[in-house]
Amino acid sequence: MSVLLEARGLRLAFGGVKAADGIDLAVMRGEFLAIIGPNGAGKTTFINMTTGYLRPQGGSIHYDGEEITGLAPRAIVKRGIGRSFQLPQLFTEHTVLQNAALAIAARRGVWQPFAPLLSVGVIDEARELLSRFGLDGIRESRADTLNEGARKLADIAMAVALRPRLLLMDEPTSGVAASEKMAVVETLARVLREAEVTAVFVEHDMDVVERFSDRVAVWSQGRILALGPPGEVLRDPEVLREVIGVAAPHA
Amino acid sequence: MRRAEPWLALAGAAALVVVAVAAPWLRFILTLALAKGIAVLGILLLLRAGQVSFGHAMYAAIGAYVVAFAAPSMGDVLVLLPLAMLAAGVVGLVIGVFITRYREIFFSMLNLALSMVLYSLLEKFYAITKGSDGIRVAPLRIAGMAMDGPMAAWVMFATAMVVAAMFWWVARRYLVSPMGEALAGIKTRETRLEFMGVSARGVLLVAYVLSALMAGAAGAIIAMTTRHVTPLLAYWTSSGELVFIAILGGAGGVLGPFLGAVTYELIRVYAAAAFADIWQMALGLALLGVILFAPGGVWGVIAGLLRRARVT
Repeated sequence: MSVLLEARGLRLAFGGVKAADGIDLAVMRGEFLAIIGPNGAGKTTFINMTTGYLRPQGGSIHYDGEEITGLAPRAIVKRGIGRSFQLPQLFTEHTVLQNAALAIAARRGVWQPFAPLLSVGVIDEARELLSRFGLDGIRESRADTLNEGARKLADIAMAVALRPRLLLMDEPTSGVAASEKMAVVETLARVLREAEVTAVFVEHDMDVVERFSDRVAVWSQGRILALGPPGEVLRDPEVLREVIGVAAPHA
Repeated sequence: MRRAEPWLALAGAAALVVVAVAAPWLRFILTLALAKGIAVLGILLLLRAGQVSFGHAMYAAIGAYVVAFAAPSMGDVLVLLPLAMLAAGVVGLVIGVFITRYREIFFSMLNLALSMVLYSLLEKFYAITKGSDGIRVAPLRIAGMAMDGPMAAWVMFATAMVVAAMFWWVARRYLVSPMGEALAGIKTRETRLEFMGVSARGVLLVAYVLSALMAGAAGAIIAMTTRHVTPLLAYWTSSGELVFIAILGGAGGVLGPFLGAVTYELIRVYAAAAFADIWQMALGLALLGVILFAPGGVWGVIAGLLRRARVT
């Protein structure tokens, strides 16, 4: 497998707090990489730096061989990196179908002032996308009326609509009811594998990590404490003491 | 509702023509109402993005002064109108590039500040603008034919109708297009737009220029109808009037601005005739009534009635 995303020596501090203190990480094409670690360890900061929301104070990020450090989010999205959010960023006054359609239109080119958004081609693709995510039943619902599981899936569906090659997801299961969590992740993993999307996801649920990740990166105080297959990393004594103690399995 | 809208628009237009024929003295008022409706349509576009401009009368004033300056040399309505729109659009583009970096109160106040700069320039450069006396618009023609007396009033009424219909159609198509829906996305989740690769600023800029074009057209029609322009056209109360009409008419549909403008002008005329000293109070009470009892404005009330009629 070749390297798709590579971070070298990433540094970023907020005042005295080091959110990234020399992050070196290579994400391999096609893998599902989980990021775990306590709150404040710098997991979201890594996603924010990779997607252009924050500019690192040091180090570099390369995507598919090209340096993307400090580029604006729009420029990064256009290169094939998508993201979803811990707090889903849906257009709350639009329906789920319109949300999906808008993401599809964004990919195709939004600069059409007179063709309707819900034109035949876009509607068909939006319906197909929502059906892959199991969201058919709620496509006419307004985005601000959904439950958390549906909101998370719709949020990720919008990122997938852009056809990214790399998708960074910030806590895709947080706030999702325990009873729906595995179903949400199953759906997600299936869609992403089908679309051949490389995924990096921040996760607190160790069951989800163990079941769905190819590798796990353990974050602690802006550094990567351990990196490897979940079977090894989640049994590493240092990881167990430093991190899992905070985010224990079945917690 | 969207399907019923063109029929409502047709019915409204027919009603305006009937009133203009039956009560000729109202033709002037209705022409001004249509012109203001066009400018308010521009305000509505910006409201879709959650932004309120308290300075859009500036573009109406630009349109009006272009007419006043150009009328002596090229006094044809069919030339002056596009010229005024072009001027307002170009100024809207230049100002928009800068102003679309800002949101909410900063967006509102910067528009207001710039409109007051224009007001001061119009007022102080007496040698060019004749200051607060204003400029009398030279006699006009349409397609080469001289316009005078009742014919001029009819031509301007018809021009306002045609331009209003054109912008109504444009706004209606635009708001359901990807660009128009992205505009509404600025109001709820601008961050998401950026992470979809869409420039929120670019989306807002297009709406801003379109709104400037609309206000420019409105100003040109006002100048050609009243045949006199003064700096008051750019004064902040004129911008406030446009926002007032937007709320009164309702921002939920593209007919709202025209309903609001006609309601506003009629209340103003009749209130001024009935209570000369306190006519503003009647407008204030009307706005208070709308805010308290019909937050969707006149359009909201009509849309509600239609929905109920369809259910029962």
